[in-house]
Amino acid sequence: MQHGKYRFIVGFLALPLGLYALFVIWPFIQSIYYSFTDWTGLSPEFKMVGFDNYSRMLDDDIFWKSLQHSLLFALLLPVVTIGLALFFAFMINVGGRKRKNGPVITGVRGSSFYKIVYFFPQVLSIAIVALLFAFAYNPDSGALNSLLRGIGLDHVQPLWLGDPDLALWAVMAVLVWSTVGFFVVLFSAGMASIPAEMYEAALLDGANRVTTFFRVTLPLLWDTVQSGWVYMGILALGAESFAVVQIMTTGPGGPDYSTTVMVLYVYQKAFRDGQAAYATTIGVALLVVTLAFAAVVMRLGRRERLEY
Amino acid sequence: MKTTETPAPLPAESGAPVTKTDVRPPPPVKEKKEGTVLNVFSHGVLVIWAFMVVMPLLWAVMTSFKDDRSIFSSPWSLPDSLHFDNWSRAWTQANMSDYFLNTVLVVGGSLIGTLVLGSMAAYVLARFDFPGNRFIYYLFIGGMSFPIMLALVPLFYVVNNMGLLNTIHGLILVYIAYSLPFTVFFLTAFFRTLPTSIAEAAFVDGASHSRTFFQIMLPMAKPGLISVGIFNFLGQWNQYMLPTVLNTDPDKRVLTQGLVQLAVSQGYKGDWSGLFAGLVMAMLPVLAAYIVFQRQVVQGLTAGALK
Repeated sequence: MQHGKYRFIVGFLALPLGLYALFVIWPFIQSIYYSFTDWTGLSPEFKMVGFDNYSRMLDDDIFWKSLQHSLLFALLLPVVTIGLALFFAFMINVGGRKRKNGPVITGVRGSSFYKIVYFFPQVLSIAIVALLFAFAYNPDSGALNSLLRGIGLDHVQPLWLGDPDLALWAVMAVLVWSTVGFFVVLFSAGMASIPAEMYEAALLDGANRVTTFFRVTLPLLWDTVQSGWVYMGILALGAESFAVVQIMTTGPGGPDYSTTVMVLYVYQKAFRDGQAAYATTIGVALLVVTLAFAAVVMRLGRRERLEY
Repeated sequence: MKTTETPAPLPAESGAPVTKTDVRPPPPVKEKKEGTVLNVFSHGVLVIWAFMVVMPLLWAVMTSFKDDRSIFSSPWSLPDSLHFDNWSRAWTQANMSDYFLNTVLVVGGSLIGTLVLGSMAAYVLARFDFPGNRFIYYLFIGGMSFPIMLALVPLFYVVNNMGLLNTIHGLILVYIAYSLPFTVFFLTAFFRTLPTSIAEAAFVDGASHSRTFFQIMLPMAKPGLISVGIFNFLGQWNQYMLPTVLNTDPDKRVLTQGLVQLAVSQGYKGDWSGLFAGLVMAMLPVLAAYIVFQRQVVQGLTAGALK
């Protein structure tokens, strides 16, 4: 197997690695470097300014607002999404009524149907989902308010995306809507691999379904829940929140910056305001937040690994 | 659950396991009751969520067949007649056909590129020992977790300096680069599971390394390629952030971008029905792909989360 081995390896790796280095690694390294300059992005000239951008960032109210919102996205969104998904997945896979002569543990009737339908939003572009809900939230002619009118709640007509107190929640609800199904399927796969004897034993000991969930299912599923949590958090800090906030909320990140998130702020500073260096500084902050988030979740979630 | 009409059996629940022999008769009844109440409840919740998922999509389809006036006056009513002209107007006048074509070109090119380059790199990393193997592997894998946005600002200037801004092939190259981390990760694991004996036999018979790869290993890796291919198809078809930054020429827009731009400009023109038709058009290919390749889609996407 030695003949021409290295030539082959180099030949096969050169192109993929080259593209990856040029378009992913190199810009990534550059952006950390640029955060110490006063580069505008408009002209090729710039000089080093040390930590100026970083101290400016610490005094920037909008930066703090965006950080606050991003943290909310990364912490609250996974809790709600994963909580809902765990509940649905448990119902679908374990919550079924015991049938005569059937297996001890069954899902509710039509469980595969639910899995298929719940997964739908996951395959749609987040941009298209955001557009769709921007229409649904429209205060005058949107589906939501007219639904409220339809059931007799004429006086409850929120502005949704136009209301600074509500806009952020409305945007987050869309992300929950689009991601729950993914976790239902993910957790279903995890639950399917839990041996039925575990459940049998729990049932014989008189455990009801709530106890079964907290004492059997959740501990055995913990690894999946944890990696799902990190995955969701990274998405919520990055691409997903960018699309929903940029598309759904008006102006510079919602009314009075009430929905701005870090990733959107990076985009605006770089491509709208011509402050490329400052944008990369916020980008570095975003990287720090992302890594810290992943580290914290992994750390908090660490427990004894259960083998089965 | 609090409104249950049979509160009587519930207090017995905590005592049941202790005095097992005495309480023999009641448990079946209790279990059945609890089961029924819980079943109604769980089914109810599941149905409600299914409804919440499907309704917005149905609403979009319904709206795409209405005229503008009834969209505003009665958003939830069925269309009085099917306005297919919305669809043809969106397709021709609103440039949906151009966006569609651009998307097909970009996604087609980058999908093939991603699969070819990704499987080449993954094959080498999975099957050959050489210094730096682990380093290169983790270099690729690392790309799955860092925020793309950070690289996006300098990336814009890299692409610009190469004269690739606002070009289809430029977008293809960038899509490939950003699809490689997951593709390499997935396919490396996949190539490790394939038996080595066949490849070795071919090599002994005088086939070169590259010939062994293209004629023997690639066909064997077909299931893996399909899974990762669908994953990339969805990801690239749905991509929004990269084209928004790297592709500002109105003629080169991809679907997601085009639709968002259309929504902004349509606010002035007022062709909402056409816009909804465009929206539904963009959803159809992925929904169709999902329904046909359901198992692979789920496999590919869930493998992505469990890195």
